[in-house]
Amino acid sequence: MEASQYKSDQYVRFCPGCGDHAICMALQKAMAQIGIPPHQIAVISGIGCSSRMPHYLSPYGFNTIHGRGGAVASGVKTSHPELTVWQMSGDGDCMAIGGNHFIHEIRRNVDLNVCVFNNRIYGLTKGQYSPTSPKGFVSKSSPFGTVERPFIPGELVLGARGTFFARTLDVDMPTTIDCMIKAHQHKGASIIECLVNCVIFNNGTHSWIADRETRAEHSIILKHGEKMIFGKENDKGLAMEGFNIIIVPADDPRVLVHDAHCQDDILHHKLVQMGPENGLPVALGVIRDVEEETYDAAVSKQIADVRAASKAHTFDELTATLEQFER
Amino acid sequence: MNNEYMKNVVVRFCGDSGDGMQLTGNMFSSLSAILGNEISTLPDFPAEIRAPQGTLGGVSGFQVNLGQGVYTPGDKADVIVAMNAAALKVCVQNGLFHEHAVIIVDTDTFTKPDLEKAQYTTDNPFTELNIPETVQIVPVALTTMTKESLKDSGLDNKSVLKSRNMFALGVVCWLFDRPIDKAIHFLEQKFAKKPQLVPTNVKVLTDGFNYGQNLALSVSQIRLEANGDSLEGHGNYTSIAGNKATAWGLIAAAQKCGKQLFLGSYPITPATDIMHELAARKDMGVVVVQAEDEIAGVCTAIGASFAGDLACTSTSGPGLSLKSEAIGLAVMAELPLVVIDVQRGGPSTGLPTKTEQTDLLQALYGRNGECPVVVLAASTSANCFRFAYEACKIALENMTPVILLTDTYLANGTALWRIPKLAELPAITPQTAPDSLKGHFNPALRDERGVRYWAFPGMEGFEHRNIGLERDAEKGTISTNPDNHEKMVRARQAKVAQVANQIPDLCVQCNAGSDTLLVGWGSTEGHLHAAADELGCALAHFNYIYPLPKNTEAVLKQYKRVIVCELNSGQFALYLRSQFEGLHFEQYNEIKGQPFAVERIVNYVKG
Repeated sequence: MEASQYKSDQYVRFCPGCGDHAICMALQKAMAQIGIPPHQIAVISGIGCSSRMPHYLSPYGFNTIHGRGGAVASGVKTSHPELTVWQMSGDGDCMAIGGNHFIHEIRRNVDLNVCVFNNRIYGLTKGQYSPTSPKGFVSKSSPFGTVERPFIPGELVLGARGTFFARTLDVDMPTTIDCMIKAHQHKGASIIECLVNCVIFNNGTHSWIADRETRAEHSIILKHGEKMIFGKENDKGLAMEGFNIIIVPADDPRVLVHDAHCQDDILHHKLVQMGPENGLPVALGVIRDVEEETYDAAVSKQIADVRAASKAHTFDELTATLEQFER
Repeated sequence: MNNEYMKNVVVRFCGDSGDGMQLTGNMFSSLSAILGNEISTLPDFPAEIRAPQGTLGGVSGFQVNLGQGVYTPGDKADVIVAMNAAALKVCVQNGLFHEHAVIIVDTDTFTKPDLEKAQYTTDNPFTELNIPETVQIVPVALTTMTKESLKDSGLDNKSVLKSRNMFALGVVCWLFDRPIDKAIHFLEQKFAKKPQLVPTNVKVLTDGFNYGQNLALSVSQIRLEANGDSLEGHGNYTSIAGNKATAWGLIAAAQKCGKQLFLGSYPITPATDIMHELAARKDMGVVVVQAEDEIAGVCTAIGASFAGDLACTSTSGPGLSLKSEAIGLAVMAELPLVVIDVQRGGPSTGLPTKTEQTDLLQALYGRNGECPVVVLAASTSANCFRFAYEACKIALENMTPVILLTDTYLANGTALWRIPKLAELPAITPQTAPDSLKGHFNPALRDERGVRYWAFPGMEGFEHRNIGLERDAEKGTISTNPDNHEKMVRARQAKVAQVANQIPDLCVQCNAGSDTLLVGWGSTEGHLHAAADELGCALAHFNYIYPLPKNTEAVLKQYKRVIVCELNSGQFALYLRSQFEGLHFEQYNEIKGQPFAVERIVNYVKG
């Protein structure tokens, strides 16, 4: 399949320079590589800039209401597990108004591929702080700086017993496409935090890692089974000292090998927490990818098992089992 | 009471909320139904699972009217079984008995501490309650005899005491001359999954039945007249509770049109039994999601509808409030959706276990924007089946959400139900997009009725984007054009209004030639029917609320005095006034959390 087959006829109306353009293109390319035909795909979204995404894709799409994309997507997938279901959401849509649906789709492990566009701002309502805005962030609704502590999305996903978490950056298309393909391959709730720039209301929010000059020093692309090495010269590695991750020379024997498939999520927690606050590179790529039974498959299996074991399968057979009298 | 055959008799079981009164009442009612009686039941229990034992607040009651020409559970009981002093007091103080009633009391539960807990001030409860002499008190040492019955069973004291209700049931079975073998058979069915409980329960039941014969000198057995012809016709009958009937209506509709049935729901009294029933019906292929909240309940259903299922959500008033925005989404996206609101006393948490008709205006208007949905109301526990089925049919054929209103009274009450065959139910034809639209489908395309077509994932060549935003009337894509918005508002309105072409005319019941017309909707039909019969006046009862039957105005105009009777402060009356200018509507309203009493309606109308 070609990426063009996953484009709709709609003019893409993200602001010029918005990171969402890159995610949109990456998703079209990822869908082409995955190769599922558009009519077997449903793309569900809530409200927000990110939630406009279904309009620009050729598969079945449903742009629903604020925060509820996760619940609608859960309904689509649970009722029809044969479909491939993507959910497009943002930091406000899925971590504020839709927080409950977000944690429960993760806890249940519904087989959804969820792109969380994190620009740390409410864009469509024109610039209020979001649940991922850093403390002290000045916005229209926090003119003196927020006094709130932000979520780290990866922590929330792991706290909800997530089975898949990846993080990617709008300007790194290859990693974004790779994460999307791996999210599709993973059976269960696959959460991809897409760090995107809001050129209008929060320009440069991810510049610490997005700037070409510093990206290699400030981020690390994790790959399962490979050593955790980063830096412009690939000269730095990550190791554990006590309960902390530290930076060591790349040839240090203590350099960790990334194990995304490890059920124990302690190290995954440490990895999602890395960032400028603790002087560590931001982790990109697939951080956690473990197998668990999916909710939708379990629901279908239970129905199939009960049906196989029961004698009544039709309404008339059901009513025949009632205590009744004739007159 | 005399020894003649009676047309119908009202029995009330009451005791502590841990005494098993609901189970006893249900068993007796179902047994009577199987024996061919019409039934109407009224469970009446506190919201607390176990209120403090022996107190007035913990009294749980179950009333059943059985016989023929049964429209209501009855205003007052002919036979009362009072398991303790508190239960007796609640019954008597609320005047829930006839002057010639028989009251069976467990004399073992009238000790001094029992009387104190029930806030009696003297040692003689019967005198204190001022029970008229015409009432026959039948003292039975229920507790002592249950203990005696089970002395060799090896059961612990607590389990023995829990079996008191079976002894009482045995006595009542004797009183009504119910064949004990049928009762035992029923008990075995009831405890099929806990067979270890069967022998002891059968023993107590049988002993209670045999003990009844000792009462023969003081009490006469009650015999009900053979059934007349007031049932729906020949067929197989069973007793069914409203919530179960609702669940089965959905199952039948799904099978009729070959759709998968999906329920997204969140536990809420008194609607939860619908979810319980459907969760147990995996043999029928029902997919049930117990969602994380009410909003997710309706949203998962909307997702399933988007994916091509017959999708439903069940709730009560507070949950309907939470679902409002999402119902608006289904209106805007023009997806079929069945929303069942089992109304309870409100607002807020209100009276969770009591009945009320106060969600009517919420169902009609409780959403942002111009947001019409079809509103139906079931009017008996048994016809919850029919209206759940019709709600599905209307939703699937007209691409619209349908709100079905029932209430606590219908949901928990049971009635006799004629079991239909799937083949005899009306056909359901979902509005699936025809093949001719393949390759150029869009979600704004409508048929000549103004109903849009339904295409869902999996259908190749019909890919499209659905939205909660306003869409272009031609292309189906996002539009903010002012004229287009007005056009679309009117198109959605017209689509729902044309459902009037698919519903039956309003039929006047009782004495159509009278100049007085009682008007009701929903669960009050039985009470209003009985009242209209007694008053010799006419009754117009509504199951189709929006749209209304086409002949509504013509019917209402024929009567001099039109009295709209509701269990709210006048919501249907307000609605009718908004629809029919110039007509005068008198109101009779009760907002007590209880069904009407026929007597009170009659007294009001007589003036």
